[in-house]
Amino acid sequence: MEPALDCFICRNSTAGQPQSAALAVAAPQGGLSISHNVFPNVRISAMLAVERHFSARLLSQLNGIGDMKKIALVLATITGLAFPAIAAANSLKVGMITTLSGGGASLGIDVRDGFMLAVMQANDPGIEVVVDDDQRKPDIAVQIADKMIQSDKVDVLTGIIWSNLALAVVPSAVQQGKFYLSPNAGPSALAGELCHENYFNVAWQNDNLHEAAGAYANSAGYSNSYLVAPNYPAGIDALNGYKRFFEGEIANSHYTKLGQDDYAAELAVIRASGADSVFFFLPGGMGIAFLKQYAQSGIDIPLLGPAFSFDQGILQAVGDAALGVINTSQWSKDLDNEANAAFVEAFQAEYGRLPSLYASQGYDTANLLISAMAKAEVSDADAFRAALREAEFDSVRGSFAFDTNQHPVQDIYVREVVREGEVLTNRIVGLAMEDRSNAYVGDCSM
Amino acid sequence: MSAPERGFNFGLASLLLAVPLIAAYMGEPYYLTLATRIAILSIAAVGLNFALGLGGLVSFGHAAYFGLGGYAAGILANHALKGQAILDWPFELGGTTFMPTIWLVAVFAAGLAAFLIGLLSLRTTGVYFIMITLAFAQMLYYFAVSWPAYGGEDGLPVYVRNSFPGLNTLDPVQFFLISYAVLLIALALFSLLRNSNFGVALRASRQNPGRVASLGIEVFRLRLAAFVLSGAITGLAGALYADLNRFVSPQMLSWHMSGEIMVFIILGGAGRLFGPVAGAVLYIILEQSLGEVSDYWQIFLGLLLLCVVLYARGGLIGAVLDRRLG
Amino acid sequence: MSAILFAEQILNGLQLGVMLFLMAAGLTLVFGVMGLINLAHGSLYMIGAFACAGVATATGSFWLGLLSGLAAAAAAGAIVEITVIRRLYRRDHLDQVLATFALILVFSEGTRWIFGSFPLYLNPPELLLGTVVLPGGIEYPKFRLAIIVAGLAVAAGLFWLIGRTTLGIRIRAGECDREMIAALGVNIGILYTLVFALGAGLAGLAGAMVGSIQSVQVGMGEPVLILAFVVIVIGGIGSVEGAFVASILVGLADTLGRFLFPVLFGAFMDASSATSIGSALASMLIYLLMAVVLVFRPRGLFGNVGA
Repeated sequence: MEPALDCFICRNSTAGQPQSAALAVAAPQGGLSISHNVFPNVRISAMLAVERHFSARLLSQLNGIGDMKKIALVLATITGLAFPAIAAANSLKVGMITTLSGGGASLGIDVRDGFMLAVMQANDPGIEVVVDDDQRKPDIAVQIADKMIQSDKVDVLTGIIWSNLALAVVPSAVQQGKFYLSPNAGPSALAGELCHENYFNVAWQNDNLHEAAGAYANSAGYSNSYLVAPNYPAGIDALNGYKRFFEGEIANSHYTKLGQDDYAAELAVIRASGADSVFFFLPGGMGIAFLKQYAQSGIDIPLLGPAFSFDQGILQAVGDAALGVINTSQWSKDLDNEANAAFVEAFQAEYGRLPSLYASQGYDTANLLISAMAKAEVSDADAFRAALREAEFDSVRGSFAFDTNQHPVQDIYVREVVREGEVLTNRIVGLAMEDRSNAYVGDCSM
Repeated sequence: MSAPERGFNFGLASLLLAVPLIAAYMGEPYYLTLATRIAILSIAAVGLNFALGLGGLVSFGHAAYFGLGGYAAGILANHALKGQAILDWPFELGGTTFMPTIWLVAVFAAGLAAFLIGLLSLRTTGVYFIMITLAFAQMLYYFAVSWPAYGGEDGLPVYVRNSFPGLNTLDPVQFFLISYAVLLIALALFSLLRNSNFGVALRASRQNPGRVASLGIEVFRLRLAAFVLSGAITGLAGALYADLNRFVSPQMLSWHMSGEIMVFIILGGAGRLFGPVAGAVLYIILEQSLGEVSDYWQIFLGLLLLCVVLYARGGLIGAVLDRRLG
Repeated sequence: MSAILFAEQILNGLQLGVMLFLMAAGLTLVFGVMGLINLAHGSLYMIGAFACAGVATATGSFWLGLLSGLAAAAAAGAIVEITVIRRLYRRDHLDQVLATFALILVFSEGTRWIFGSFPLYLNPPELLLGTVVLPGGIEYPKFRLAIIVAGLAVAAGLFWLIGRTTLGIRIRAGECDREMIAALGVNIGILYTLVFALGAGLAGLAGAMVGSIQSVQVGMGEPVLILAFVVIVIGGIGSVEGAFVASILVGLADTLGRFLFPVLFGAFMDASSATSIGSALASMLIYLLMAVVLVFRPRGLFGNVGA
């Protein structure tokens, strides 16, 4: 994924009114057959929901073949007269800004699908989700955020995959009194000096998985690491995260061009470096290229990296080159807890593929929201915020809590890439860090 | 300019003003944001039109000036908010959130860059010129991505919208009106210049540089002047864009941006006064409405653009006016 | 820094250069003969990679995939030439830029529509996995070596084709005077389609080969496209020799810059800023090279036709 070049001009967004083209989908819900003329103020999207009971599976298929762009998942905004009991429930409108086209689309699709799975399972008529594609461009993300706040009047924003987009959107969104729940990006600025009472990170602070890799390298007995990352802020943070916990020597911190996909020059230097371990952070296509070339180069220094390059979505593209590589993650498919087992099964049943890290984060984000919604109305911001802080939901990661800067405190595991039948996947081989928070709690005034 | 074209221009300008204001009044403030975006991108394209439309200088690197203007605004505002000086030596220079100052700095920075780049690039012509302007923009892009001081790839947030005397720029209506006014000024300047001696010589140099030179006019300096003006106006648009998004990122310097600004002009009609505006309006409306139809909306956008090139020569304005004239 | 490491980096630069030549050759031919700027050349590269990955996965044979990559890209090139491109030859560069840019959108999203958003799997054949030890003790990946050999062979074939065959004579004649060769009874339409398909096929071949060591994903063609443009501009647009020399030059400059700059800056500043400034400059290096060449030779190194 080359942020700069993955698609030439492509901006989109959707000014549209939700009414105009939104496909509304009602989750199968007992007896939701209300005739729409009863509710004069119900939006057309909701009426569609009544008329067309798409199952979620059909939804994902439609989506897969690209018939529908925008999904307003309306779990019956129409309640009122027919279901007085449900009408008492709290309502919440969520705007999801995520990457659905271009090179980084697979991540956004996973976050969205994970999130939607939890929403469908909750079967709560009060939640409405509007999804839009940011094309991985900061200015488009800002534009969509404006639209969702001004036009769709959402209460909560979520969905952004990339740190630079999050930095563009989050500060002004939270200043306008909206909540933002991050399902993926966790730039250090938002954890530290720019932390805000309405910003919650449900994934990780960016440094976390790299820190865990450094901690693992100590326990694995490595004493001299060669580090590779792209020359951009997240890359520099990654290597700093690794160095924060790694006690051995650093053979070299090598910064590559962002979006580079040929690593011949770097591999030649690594081969000659005499290091006993190589840590790399190369998200997306860069990581695929690096892993394949590393395997072909015949270098036998052990590799380790964060989970991003070993995620379910791209592992198949890397192929056997990834087998046996150690990576760090706060989640894994085989993590042993009830919520996770149910999630993995439901995700597979719904979408016909194994869930990824990103899907798990989207799922947790939705469940956190739903847990807060059960306790407080979003219009009572203080109560809703307090409910979010409690984080009383069944995380697929097992234990989950927020630190004072509203970033997760969680265990980070060591995984190994293995082959299960035809499919490459990960299995947990150890614990890298227990109850890890982040390095920026002190910089946050909360 | 023919009477029908004048009518078309007037209609377009009125629509761009009226529609968002009415929508905002009706409780749909988002259209105002969208129109502000259209206005600002139009300014950038009007800037490029000085070089491309009048001088025939196909610059594929105008994102450089757009981005520089943006970064000028971002850096000044950022320093002002943090209370840090930008320079301590040789003289003390602080940040500011005062829009007119920011605009001056943006225009000056982009103009200076256009001067330096033009000095080297204008030695080449044709495809070489297209590619060398792209090369300089790419250099700035990679510099911005990897230079950590102002956020690198992460970009630089501008937390508060900069101020303009007598106006509340945080009010979307007022900010739209500022952008719209700047657009009108840029268009007026273009119109004035096109018919001035300078503009006539420039247009002539596009068709026959040899003949212009034989009249004792130095073509290189003529083109350089047009190029600097072009870059400066695009830089001003960049500063406004930073304020609209409250954010600056290297994306503003990327070749997508250069391509997009160029597409606006071709789509609307190269060399025409309102070509860039018509192109920006059409492109953004297409992108907005197609996005609703399909995840793969870019296929349709591509096909539509193809149709415009193949069947509507002279861009949108050309197509509309030709049909009207029969 | 050892001599072996340096020699290995030279090989790496050569490999990148040879790859770039496959891309640039088609681009420069199409410009030289038809006067067309084709921004969609990168899409043909992507089509080659996707066709190769698709067929290799379905049949289990990399070689069949490679062949399909070449064929698919050439076919796509021919179709696009007949339906769209040939209407653009007499247009100015602006129209060509917009039209071929529109083609990028269609190709990229069309590919995503057919193959999905996730990157595809494509690995080199068993035969070429692993490394060989070259004279002097350089341990080098077999597949990269194979790319160098294949690329040089294709380059030699192309020079032979252009220099020694009737088709080549017609192509060169077409660069000089298209009315004349049409008057001589050469079917100029078919000639143009052939040249375009040839360039597309080379791009597809490059895509298929590079796809097996990098990642096969939508948008993979665009970074390469920009590099290929840099190459043909440095070489002189329309000149195949120029494209060859410039490809090797850019390949070496890029590889050695990435390798040497951080070391160089490390000599007089602390390690962390040296790596970050060094790699920032390395990423700007080829554009700097292009700007310098154009300032001194506004028509590129070998440029005397076109533009």
